[in-house]
Amino acid sequence: MLRYVLRRFLTAIPTLFVIVTIAFFLMRVAPGGPFNQEKGLNPVIKANLERIFHLDEPLWRQYVHYLQNLLRGDFGPSYNLPDFTVAELFKSGLPVSLQLGAMALTLALVIGSALGIWAALRQNRLTDYAVVAVATVGSTIPTFVIAPLFQLFFALTLHWFPVGGWGGGAFINKVGPVLTLTLPQLAIVARLMRGSMIESLHAHHIRTARALGLSDYSVVIRHALRGALLPIVSYAGPAAAALLTGSVIVETIFSIPGVGRYFVEAALNRDYTLVMGTVVLIAIFTVLFNLIVDILYAVIDPRVRYD
Amino acid sequence: MNMNFKSWLVGTTMLVMGTTGAFAEVVFNRGNSADPESLDPHKTSTIYEADILRDLFLGLTTEDAKSEIIPGAAESWTVSPDGKVYTFKLRAGALWSDGSPVTAHDFVFAWQRVVDPATAGEYAYMLAPVVNAEDITAGKKKPDEMGVKAVDDSTFEVTLNAPTPYFLEMLTHQATYPVSRANVEAKGADFTKPGNLVSNGPYTLAEFIPNDHIKVVKNPKFYDAANVKIDTVNFIPTEDRSTAMKRFEAGELDSNNDLPTEQLTDLKAKFGDQIKIGPYLGTYYYAFKITKAPWDNLKLRHAISEAIDRDYLAEKVWQNSMIPAYSFVPPGITGYETRTTDYAEMSQIDREDAARKVLAELGYGPDNPLKMEIRSNTSENHKNTAIAIQEQLKPLGVEVTYLNTDTKTHYGHLEQHGDFDVARAGWIADYKDPENFLALCKSGTGNNYSEYTDKGYDDLLAKAAASADPAERMKSLSEAEAVGVARDLCVLPLLYYSYKNIVSSKLKGWEDNVMDRHPSRFLSKE
Amino acid sequence: MTDVPVITAPAEKGRSLWADAWGRLKANRAALWSAYYLVFMALLCVFGPWFTPHQFTTIYQDYNRVPPSLSAYPRPDMIDLAVKDAVQRARVQLAGWEEKDGKIFITITSAKPIDERMTRYIDRSSVFEETQVAEKSSDGLKLVMSTSVERQYFFFGTDNSGRDMLTRTLMAGRVSLAIGLLAGLVAVVIGVLYGASAGFIGGKTDEIMMRIVDVLYALPFIFFVIMLVVFFGRNFVLMFLAVGAVLWLDMARIVRGQALSIKRQEYVQAAEALGVNRWGILLRHIVPNLLGPVVIYMTLLVPQVIILESFLSYLGLGVQEPMSSWGVMISQGAKNMPFANWLIIIPSFFLTTTLFALNFIGDGLRDALDPKDR
Repeated sequence: MLRYVLRRFLTAIPTLFVIVTIAFFLMRVAPGGPFNQEKGLNPVIKANLERIFHLDEPLWRQYVHYLQNLLRGDFGPSYNLPDFTVAELFKSGLPVSLQLGAMALTLALVIGSALGIWAALRQNRLTDYAVVAVATVGSTIPTFVIAPLFQLFFALTLHWFPVGGWGGGAFINKVGPVLTLTLPQLAIVARLMRGSMIESLHAHHIRTARALGLSDYSVVIRHALRGALLPIVSYAGPAAAALLTGSVIVETIFSIPGVGRYFVEAALNRDYTLVMGTVVLIAIFTVLFNLIVDILYAVIDPRVRYD
Repeated sequence: MNMNFKSWLVGTTMLVMGTTGAFAEVVFNRGNSADPESLDPHKTSTIYEADILRDLFLGLTTEDAKSEIIPGAAESWTVSPDGKVYTFKLRAGALWSDGSPVTAHDFVFAWQRVVDPATAGEYAYMLAPVVNAEDITAGKKKPDEMGVKAVDDSTFEVTLNAPTPYFLEMLTHQATYPVSRANVEAKGADFTKPGNLVSNGPYTLAEFIPNDHIKVVKNPKFYDAANVKIDTVNFIPTEDRSTAMKRFEAGELDSNNDLPTEQLTDLKAKFGDQIKIGPYLGTYYYAFKITKAPWDNLKLRHAISEAIDRDYLAEKVWQNSMIPAYSFVPPGITGYETRTTDYAEMSQIDREDAARKVLAELGYGPDNPLKMEIRSNTSENHKNTAIAIQEQLKPLGVEVTYLNTDTKTHYGHLEQHGDFDVARAGWIADYKDPENFLALCKSGTGNNYSEYTDKGYDDLLAKAAASADPAERMKSLSEAEAVGVARDLCVLPLLYYSYKNIVSSKLKGWEDNVMDRHPSRFLSKE
Repeated sequence: MTDVPVITAPAEKGRSLWADAWGRLKANRAALWSAYYLVFMALLCVFGPWFTPHQFTTIYQDYNRVPPSLSAYPRPDMIDLAVKDAVQRARVQLAGWEEKDGKIFITITSAKPIDERMTRYIDRSSVFEETQVAEKSSDGLKLVMSTSVERQYFFFGTDNSGRDMLTRTLMAGRVSLAIGLLAGLVAVVIGVLYGASAGFIGGKTDEIMMRIVDVLYALPFIFFVIMLVVFFGRNFVLMFLAVGAVLWLDMARIVRGQALSIKRQEYVQAAEALGVNRWGILLRHIVPNLLGPVVIYMTLLVPQVIILESFLSYLGLGVQEPMSSWGVMISQGAKNMPFANWLIIIPSFFLTTTLFALNFIGDGLRDALDPKDR
């Protein structure tokens, strides 16, 4: 196992390298650059700007520059927000997204699983239908609908929470965004858990356990659940990576200063360095969480082996 | 944990101070559409930055609450008889926020910095009237050859290429703001960070948290600090306009500088006269690719132009937040006569009949439709406008298709002179002068998306640039508009912009003006 | 020995997994009704627009953002406004109007002789039709026109541009259903094959395949879409590619996880011992046994497809006006809350009920395919 983990860490490096390279050249294919805007720039000034950001050099030279800086931990300045370096933008935004994402992930996994298990235990009865109905609605309503609804109802009508803003991290400011992020994930987790739990409960060894007179709790939690966890874990890996890097919709509607918006805005603004920063960020998260997920597979199901 | 304790501490302190009758801090939460790209006044380009910088810095001239020119960092000035040399006497005793005096050397340093190619300031061309400025930006001359001089510590002299009547107006633009030479030289690129930034205006920079807020606090060293009523201004980026409305309703914002147009009728019903809409110096237009057939046919261009029902667009699509436009330069510039196309006063039915006739002559009709693709950048309003035009032109035998791309792709395409039929663009005035608009149709200008070129037009603009008499100059510019726009339709003007603000009734001193500039120093809050 | 007729019971006809599943699916009432609903929705969206009284692109100038109503428009209080609007467009003075014998008579005056083509201005309004000159004063300065009120029905109201919501919702349904189901299917097929192969083969191949998935996952999606648009122009198929290209990744991961576990089951080992080739094992043993979570996840994929497609369209990279999709209509409707709520409620209703139906079918499939559920 340890050897496997070490090997995975080693393969992470070429993976990251491939990601960075493809992303770098993929970006340049898109038409337009960071300095095209409604008030078109005077060509002389545009040339000056491009010179300062090394955009006038041949592409391969820019790539090498970028790699060299990257290895030193320098992600470069943001092209469209030149007052800040990419690293500074992440330093101020990442903790915000991480907080919200972690809370949402935990809630979704815990509550979602609980609901899914409950529904599975009462398959085809009223509770089951209720949970499935709620989960379906939850997974079909997009975040850009949940967020304004929350704002209208809980903030403007009931005045329990502010409409938006981060408020320096105050708890009441987090409720809206976390709820919005959690709901769809919770629904998906509940459905997946219900489905796989039902399958697991039908397995032979569960029948044996029941016949042996084991308590319900023991049967469900210690035996059936283990078999049911696999799809949840598989889903949770990429879901975690996505949640922790922030959601552009939630952050825009609630005016949260996270990094989620950069994934979209930076691309639309052709802010090359910021885009590369987001690529590296999500690459790291993806590789990390996939490793965790693969380890968990082996833990949950002892039959899984990697050699 | 830390954050909460600190805010608790601040809160309790303020409570104590409030109850003991000490001053209560006046805070103005100002919705500002977007975060600034930079707080370096010489590197900025958008109006969102301008609004923030206007509160931080003070240029030679500045504007009052009604956006009229008043003395700023310069308390008086004289102009040489030939109109080319301006001598500014700086305000005695003016200080930077770090206590050092504001000197003419700071202005020299700042202006040279703007045009320096190493700075790559996007608005370097703003100082083009100054001797050698353009050559410096192009790298042909050195920055210290610029036509600016510090005669002594409190006298700043500028030499221009030609008399420039709008020069004083230009000085309100942030590209001309001073920066403290000592500060910039000491801190380098970091001088824009809170704590480092030294400013000479009514406020200083306290915090800048990207995508969250920018906090500026009253500058005690400002010469007019006694009259500045608002202690703290929080500039809050509000890209999602629907959320901004909700935040305003909840009291989290005291004002916002944009409104969701499709909801205007409902918003007006809800917020009454807190909604402020009025004319703004900007034009929304379509550009034909004049170098491509059939758009090189002048009669065809006019036919399309007169067939479009701008009243409908203004009233129904933009909910009366825009005004129909038949000229490129919007009304509102004193001394200038806008020239409109000759069908501006015709009834819509007559216009459509005329258009139909022209199209028929050229062989187009419902059996042989003219294909026209409208391109724009992604936005609800641009889309609704194009859809409405699509329906308007259909009965005339014009088949309109609509293509939207993201902003960078759109302007990148236009800049590269890519292929298109009709493309949407807009122009907001940098300063109150018609030349700012008319320059867009000059041959070879970067923003001349339609690639219009006409010697007569260029000559008229050159004549205006060389005139010493302001009235003469305005006349030449007006004639240029008559040629380029009214006659040749170098751009297809559709609508004039309006400013759209929502301002809390608790905010006092807000004066609507055509430049939509509202420095915080003239506002107060009850 | 006498010949004793041997009566053997007729051989039990064996049932394949699929026939078994089909039988159970048909017995599942919820799934059955959901399937009917889905088919109904599809037919409605494909054929419905031909039967509505409106085109999906027609703009009704006077009916911007009107709420849904079973009774006809215009409402009586709207006529006055419509008359004033139309007359103002014509740039003449309105002297007055009255209703007589089921027609509206409008009197206008002007300082200059009035052109008889004024009737066209009144006709332009969506409220009136068949306008004629009733009488004209001798100096031509006064004109009385008669016009009939054109009755329109907007059962679902109109949108911000004044277009009928009913027709548009159905047209949008075509796009959403097509993309949702097809892209979902594509993502499933690719994801299942890829993931099952990776999990089953294991070892280095598995690692490389999963690393490729990682790489694709980390790439900036928007650039990928922009690149596709640059190279292939803008068409429907493109959206499939873009959307399917992103969503098969998650499916592959889930499937791979299942495969890792299944391949150690005894029946797989038995099959290997029997000499069944790899491909056979994959298709006949591995894939059918992991279909449970796959089917569930597929029903969860479809809403993601629809939302992703609306996101792309919003950025200008997806369906172009005047076409629309449920996702786009919902996102526009969300911006108009709380004022014009029908703009979001109607497409949301269609979308949610369709997805409900899909979910029940998905659950039914899962139950049907579960070999242990007796």
